[in-house]
Amino acid sequence: MNDALGDPQSVLVLGGTSEIALATVRALPRSRLRRVVLAGRPSPARDAAIAALTGAGIQGVSAIDFEAKNTTEHAVLINQVFDAGDIDIVLLAFGVLGSQDEGEANPDLAVEVATTNYTGAVSVGLRVAARLKSQGHGSLVVFSSVAGDRARRSNFIYGSTKAGLDAFAQGLGDALHGSGANVLVVRPGMVRTKMTTGMPEAPMTTDPEVVAKIVVAGLRKGKNTVYAPGPLRFVMTALKTLPRPVFRRLPQ
Amino acid sequence: MSQQSPLRLADDEQLLTGWGRTAPSLAKVVQVRTVEEVQKCIEESGPRGILARGLGRSYGDAAQSGGASVIDLEQMSSISLDANTGTVTVGAGVSLHELLLATVPAGFFVPVTPGTRMVTIGGAIAADVHGKNHHVEGSFGSHMQEIKLVDGLGALRELKPDDPQSQEQFWATVGGMGLTGVMTEATFKMIPISSSLISVDTERCTDLDAVMARMIESDSQYRYSVAWIDSVSASGRGVITSGDHATADQLPADKRATALAYSPKPLAKAPGFIPSGLLNKFTVRAFNEAWFRKAPKREQGALQPISEFFHPLDFVQDWNRVYGPAGFVQYQFVVPDKAGEVIGAALRKLQSVGAPSFLTVLKRFGAANPAPLSFPQAGWTLAADVPAGIPGLAAALDELDELVANSGGRLYLAKDSRQSPEMFARTYPLLTKWQRTRDQMDPKGIFKSDLARRLSL
Repeated sequence: MNDALGDPQSVLVLGGTSEIALATVRALPRSRLRRVVLAGRPSPARDAAIAALTGAGIQGVSAIDFEAKNTTEHAVLINQVFDAGDIDIVLLAFGVLGSQDEGEANPDLAVEVATTNYTGAVSVGLRVAARLKSQGHGSLVVFSSVAGDRARRSNFIYGSTKAGLDAFAQGLGDALHGSGANVLVVRPGMVRTKMTTGMPEAPMTTDPEVVAKIVVAGLRKGKNTVYAPGPLRFVMTALKTLPRPVFRRLPQ
Repeated sequence: MSQQSPLRLADDEQLLTGWGRTAPSLAKVVQVRTVEEVQKCIEESGPRGILARGLGRSYGDAAQSGGASVIDLEQMSSISLDANTGTVTVGAGVSLHELLLATVPAGFFVPVTPGTRMVTIGGAIAADVHGKNHHVEGSFGSHMQEIKLVDGLGALRELKPDDPQSQEQFWATVGGMGLTGVMTEATFKMIPISSSLISVDTERCTDLDAVMARMIESDSQYRYSVAWIDSVSASGRGVITSGDHATADQLPADKRATALAYSPKPLAKAPGFIPSGLLNKFTVRAFNEAWFRKAPKREQGALQPISEFFHPLDFVQDWNRVYGPAGFVQYQFVVPDKAGEVIGAALRKLQSVGAPSFLTVLKRFGAANPAPLSFPQAGWTLAADVPAGIPGLAAALDELDELVANSGGRLYLAKDSRQSPEMFARTYPLLTKWQRTRDQMDPKGIFKSDLARRLSL
């Protein structure tokens, strides 16, 4: 459980190789941190993530096999993690970008993006929420995206999965209101990670470490929603009010 | 049949925090009236266990337990006083406030009272609370003659300090933070008094060294003694107040007939809305200046009511809310007499992070009792309130922990909300002994608190 100064003891990362999530774990106060579970596919990247966190001086880092699309396996997995001890912070950080063009050409690929980003998150999110509520405390951090604020021609498949995820996470936060558990929705803009390598940089593109800092500050203040970087909130508010014909003509 | 959502809040679920209003957790709150109802709760306890909670005056997470059933014993409120012997048997849910209302007019005072009378008997034993008389009369648990407790198997036990069959369980329960069972009743001896007033000597000292030197010189002459320290002044100046119960003949002639009258003022309420940051370096400095100035340089034999002398924390109800939404922590440690310099170092450390504290209290303890988790031990104890939102506070307090532990000292569980499990285990060497007794009293691990989980008790 978090101590009086907000320092956590345990973290579960769903999407255990997410660069933003791993940066968030590194940015957490670590004097009381003694259990970090990285849930993800067995891979060299996952092994490297354990080594990197351990090398950074974080205690008790372990991994567990997790596949977002295999929703029938989620119940057992989440129970296993929580039965071994309370979890103070859960980072729901898995997701795929996919290719808009390929998805339009082959809808099966689009469905795959939707299954991972949205269906997988609904499955695991509800189960995590139930365990947080029954332990009486804890935070679920859901990594959404500004792409979900308004669907764009150039990436509406990905954007719509994040829009769905975002709406789901907000509702979940309201369901948990007053329960000791809470949900923090994080809406980053473009972040320099593997996922975006080779793409042209959008304005206000940022780094995982910046997002991580904003998440940690948001957790400490008990916020419901944060943008990263912060001023994107105003940009997105403005973009959302644009009429469709105008929005359509914006550079994509 | 439709299924109930596991996310929905039940009517009997409540968010609970300690007095510092930090780190809340949700629990089912159950009122009990009888031993049988306590036993039923234990029998039906779920995977998150159960915990007894009194008036929630421990500062951290001692009286909360996320997902558990939290038992409220407020209705176990019997008081039976034998006026010949001064022995009283009280329900665990009785507060010191209620007990004093019943016994002071009959000429009896509690053997130990902390700075608030809004604590229950069960809570006072669980935290083994101390008061201004610790240096001569020890802590609350040391005065108990018998404790009745329902253990983790639902058996009602009678624990006595002088009974070889139960003394180990008795001392594990004293200071045991409610983790050995649910106390239902306690029996102890009250102090006979002939008036409800305290004869108080006050002395102002211009720096910390003077305060400490005067306390060493003079506290053995008094039953009650404590010092308030101006935590924002560089000098560590302070005010020592000492005293004892006034006898009826010390009172003015016209007051003697009503010498035992006792009517503590109803508590004032803190205002409804309090902005964060109300307490800052400037307001606390002003408060401390005024508090220092209001004390006479030297005064002897002033007569004060019980509440004014013993219960400064009770003048404003909900005063804990003045720290705003982030809440606060109270840092209280004890170090052996030979490590007195830690007091000054701690005050300077708190000043260095800009942690304003207004009710900073210094006292000398007498010898420890045999309870493995009891806090007091011979030496100096300092208690300071600090708003939880101050940047750098966590690291500063960790450094202070190190200093305290290296000096042979430790922190008070009833105040703690942030020490590490390693710090606790290192500074309470009898922890494993206590754990063995606890495991025997609660083999299924039913009694759990957020504090117990945080510190791996």
